[in-house]
Amino acid sequence: MKNFLKYLATKPLRLSIIVVLVAILSFILVSFSPLDPITAYLGYDRLQISQEQEQVIIERWGLDKSPPERFIAWTKNILQGDFGTSVIFNDPVTLVIGKRFAASFWLMFFAWTLSGILGFVLGAIAGTWRDSIADRIIRFYAYTLASTPTFWVAMILLVFFGVKLGWFPICCAGPLGVAPEQVSFADRLYHLALPVLTLSLVGTAQIILHTREKMIDFFQSNHAIYAMSCGEARFGTALFHGLRNILLPAITLQFASLGELFSGSVLAEMVFSYPGLGKATVDAGIRGDVPLLLGIVIFSTIFVVTGNLLADLIYRWVDPRIQIGEATG
Amino acid sequence: MLTVKDLNITFSRYYNSFSQTTLNPLHNIDLNLSAGEIVAIVGESGGGKSLLAHAILDILPTNAELKGTIQFREKLIDSNTIRQLRGREISLIPQSVSYLNPLIRVGKQVCRAARIGGLTKEEARMATDAAFTRFNLAPEVQSLFPFQLSGGMAQRILVAIATVAGASLIVADEPTTGLDPDRVTVFLDLLRMLADEGKAALLITHDLGAAQRVADRIAVFHGGTLVEVVKIADGSEVDNLVHPYSRALWEALPDNGFSTNGSSFSSHRHGNDEPLGCLFVKNCDRAEHRCRITYPDLVPAGNNMVRCLNA
Repeated sequence: MKNFLKYLATKPLRLSIIVVLVAILSFILVSFSPLDPITAYLGYDRLQISQEQEQVIIERWGLDKSPPERFIAWTKNILQGDFGTSVIFNDPVTLVIGKRFAASFWLMFFAWTLSGILGFVLGAIAGTWRDSIADRIIRFYAYTLASTPTFWVAMILLVFFGVKLGWFPICCAGPLGVAPEQVSFADRLYHLALPVLTLSLVGTAQIILHTREKMIDFFQSNHAIYAMSCGEARFGTALFHGLRNILLPAITLQFASLGELFSGSVLAEMVFSYPGLGKATVDAGIRGDVPLLLGIVIFSTIFVVTGNLLADLIYRWVDPRIQIGEATG
Repeated sequence: MLTVKDLNITFSRYYNSFSQTTLNPLHNIDLNLSAGEIVAIVGESGGGKSLLAHAILDILPTNAELKGTIQFREKLIDSNTIRQLRGREISLIPQSVSYLNPLIRVGKQVCRAARIGGLTKEEARMATDAAFTRFNLAPEVQSLFPFQLSGGMAQRILVAIATVAGASLIVADEPTTGLDPDRVTVFLDLLRMLADEGKAALLITHDLGAAQRVADRIAVFHGGTLVEVVKIADGSEVDNLVHPYSRALWEALPDNGFSTNGSSFSSHRHGNDEPLGCLFVKNCDRAEHRCRITYPDLVPAGNNMVRCLNA
């Protein structure tokens, strides 16, 4: 128990150090980048304003101050929950991220769950009946998908299911011409289908290969040999003994893969013009929306770091050796 | 109950991409075991005795090749028939608690063994409770995980799993390794009790001292085969060993002077060729020229069966 309290105290501290480091690094990178906030804000109107007007903006935004001063000011605002205003959306950054993340969340949630379950089941089957026909097919699928770029899968699905067969919409999160608030739930799911499929197909590959490897290891362990000597068939050994033992590393892997899921969703959202956080990231980058870009960087860092923290907590919760070991020892 | 005839196990192993080598860790094994009897296979650790247990249960690694026959109640054991026998008729007591699944409560594991041994859900639960009572384990132990067990408790859990479905042949593979002398005694008494109930037990151990306290017959294992089989009268010690290796093993016991000549006797046979000469010849002080060229058969010598030309 003492260990757990110590863990609870130190882990968030370590994670917040990561967030701070990411914030510093990305601020340094942005301040060295050729992005000019005023051009990004005004666009072509920049040519029409006078030197005095420009000076007013520069002073108003504090662009005349040194980068360290600006960083301190930025950090102070962030700590008060103010990430600034997005230049391209003309809304507070937190609001933009919130809205966009809500759209991305469902995309990532479905893709993550589907790839996790599917990958785990297929991997377990492949590992239990190693070198069987099923294993060969599953392995072929996994190796192929593991070496396929996400955007390419997205394009293939789009061309085939969206354009050729016309089964699914080719873009966006709702029908064209309908305000986002009025899109029905069924329509939302319908528009989610292809992006989710893309991310799941790519995401399963890793977890299949990992689970298969673990299952093969398990079947060579003393536990499996003993279980089989007790009369368990291969299926029973896998079901009653194996799954439990390989579930923990699979869960950890799945939570640790949140970073890849995030970057995968950026690509998938671009291909499908899905208005999520990924697309907002690319837009912010291309159009020089520094406040939004930095906000997303920090948000995604927290997202990934939280995923890893959850993996750690679930591991402790599921594995009796850690849980009881700490309670008694 | 169990008859092993001319058992041979070979392993092929690739030592580079093109050539493979074969190891022959077990050869010319003949053994039989009847109900109510405990036969101990005694030999040094790392000699390959456990392979015999694995061969009987058909859980050898896939690169192992087995020749010869193993019969259980006059029926040949092969990869098909063994499925009906494992757990139900033949069961294994493994070396240590590490063979149990670390993530499942032990009560559930005993119950599972009963279920796959052919009992119904209700019967299995009752059999589990009965086994815990019988082997002197508190009911609370059922809800513990393997890592929470003491050595003695773990030992009894493993015995419980081996017997819960009523198996009549128990193969115990180095069951007393790492146990203190009191626990060893408890275990040996338990094994004797099971044998007296009519079960047959094969006790594989490196501990000649433990073996002679409980076994009806001792088979001394060296160089991949049995070099001597000796009957023991109740409660007496073996003092009539004939084979030089058995004598060395016996003299190495603490009670008998602890004497060793400091060398390891382990020797393995490579390849499938018929062995040339006795495998103990290098360490034997009675070796003669013919020992180097003639492989001895297991022949009667006094009351024992001995694989030695000088017996």
